[in-house]
Formats: sequence, structure tokens, C-alpha cells
Amino acid sequence: MDGTLQIIGAIITLIGSIFLFLGSLGLIRMPDSYNRIQAGTKASTLGTILTLLGIALINPDWSGKLILLILFVLLTNPISSNVLARAAHFINIPLYKKTVIDKLKKEETIKVDVSDKKINNKTDKQ
Amino acid sequence: MKIKNHIILFLVLLAVWLLLNSSFEIHILSVGVVVSLIITLVFCRNCNVFSEIKLTPKAFFYAIIYVFVFSGALIKSNFDVARRVVTPSLPINPGIVTVKTKLKSKIGRLMLANSITLTPGTLTIDIKDDIMYIHWIDVLSTNIDEDTHQIVSRFEKYLEVIYG
Repeated sequence: MDGTLQIIGAIITLIGSIFLFLGSLGLIRMPDSYNRIQAGTKASTLGTILTLLGIALINPDWSGKLILLILFVLLTNPISSNVLARAAHFINIPLYKKTVIDKLKKEETIKVDVSDKKINNKTDKQ
Repeated sequence: MKIKNHIILFLVLLAVWLLLNSSFEIHILSVGVVVSLIITLVFCRNCNVFSEIKLTPKAFFYAIIYVFVFSGALIKSNFDVARRVVTPSLPINPGIVTVKTKLKSKIGRLMLANSITLTPGTLTIDIKDDIMYIHWIDVLSTNIDEDTHQIVSRFEKYLEVIYG
């Protein structure tokens, strides 16, 4: 009985590592940072969850801590990728040349214009 | 209303403590209860994030369904990304689109944004009031209502019941 559980755990861990590998392949192949973040987030989330689940099956004593780790990964991974993408867009990292539409761009350029004017006014006064 | 926030925070802290120790022995349990109670009473002056969670049986039922819907979407999104990465021609058609959300509560919007990030081909970039900016790896349409229907609505009907 112990043996089968360990084999199942090992297989699940292997599947998780395959997803992690595909995610890292996506990091190399994708053309711009936003698509890279997409590939990285999804693959690393499921890959990590499956790897931890497999370890929980191999070593049931650790399962409580591993469940806690899975919850933390599930909650924090999308937030970190969201913040990375937002910061990347904010400092005008260019999108891939085949990008169809960028609805966020218009509003942000207006914002940047306003702040530039303010800076210019200040320098004029000085 | 305030006592509900305290109870939820207390239960979350106790659950984390018990999972970390993975035992229900009496001395561990009692230490967990005392420390969780102290933390809750000292630090939960305005933890009103939890006040938007509904504690009805229907909300619990929808939360369980939501876990399954979300897991299915997560697995599907991984196969989707894997297919795009492995295909030699790299079939992507990216763009940033806007969607509208009906959710009012902060924690509901947080969960919606997280779910969108982890599901096929979408990544939440920014949120302003009820408009969410989403990077979509394969843009099918640029109309806001069409996009809302495509991306948001399958999660929203569950999150609406859970968080309001």
C-alpha cells in the first residue's frame, strides 16, 4: 500500500515538473514581457501545486504544511504577476509588434502628459 | 457586524496554526487558541475586509462549486499555454482589453482578478473602479460587453453569491 501511494506521488510530482519545464520554455520563447509573465504565472502555479501534492502523497506527515504552502502560492502568485505587469506597463515597456489593441495606453499617456506639464511649469517658475 | 470579523480572523489563524503543527493534542490546541485570541483582540480593530464575506449555506455551497470551476480553468489554462509554447509558429494574438465587473466588495474583486490571472490566456494588469484592464494572449473581440461575457461572467456568478 505504501509503495503504490509513493509511486502515485512520484508521478504527480513528475507531471508538475513537466509543467514547470514548459513554463520556463515559455519564458524563453514568448516575445514580450507580458506574454512571458502569462506563461510563467500559469505554469509555475500549477507546477508548484502538483509538485507539492506529490510530496504530500509520498510523505503524508508533511501534508498540513504542504497544504498551507499550496494556499500561499495560490494566493500570492497571481498578485505578484499582476504587480509586475502593471509596473512594466507603467514604465512603458513596449508590447509585442503584433499586439492587436492596447486600451490602457490612452489613459496613461494622458496622465504622463499632465505630469510633464507640471514639471515644466515648476522649472519655468524657478 | 464587528464580532463576525473577529471570529473569521480567529478561525483563520487557528487553522494556520493547526496545519503548521498537524496535530490536535491538547497543549498545542490550547496554545493556538490563546495566541489566536490575543492576536484577534489586539490587531483586529478595523479588519473590515472580512465583513463582505457572507456566511450563508448558499455561499458555502457556491464556494465549493467555485473551487472546482477554478481548478478546471487552471488545468485548462496550463494545457493552453503548453500548446502555445510548444507549437513552432507561436500562435499568439495579444492585446490589452477592458472588462466590466458587477462585484462591489474589495475582496470579491481581488478574488476575481486572481482568478482571471490564473485562467486561460488572461492576465489582469490594472483595475480602476469597475473597469479591469486585461492582457489577453488571444484577442477574440475588442468590444467591452463581448469580452466581459468571455472572461468574467463564468466566475462572477459564483463570486457574486459568495462575496456580494
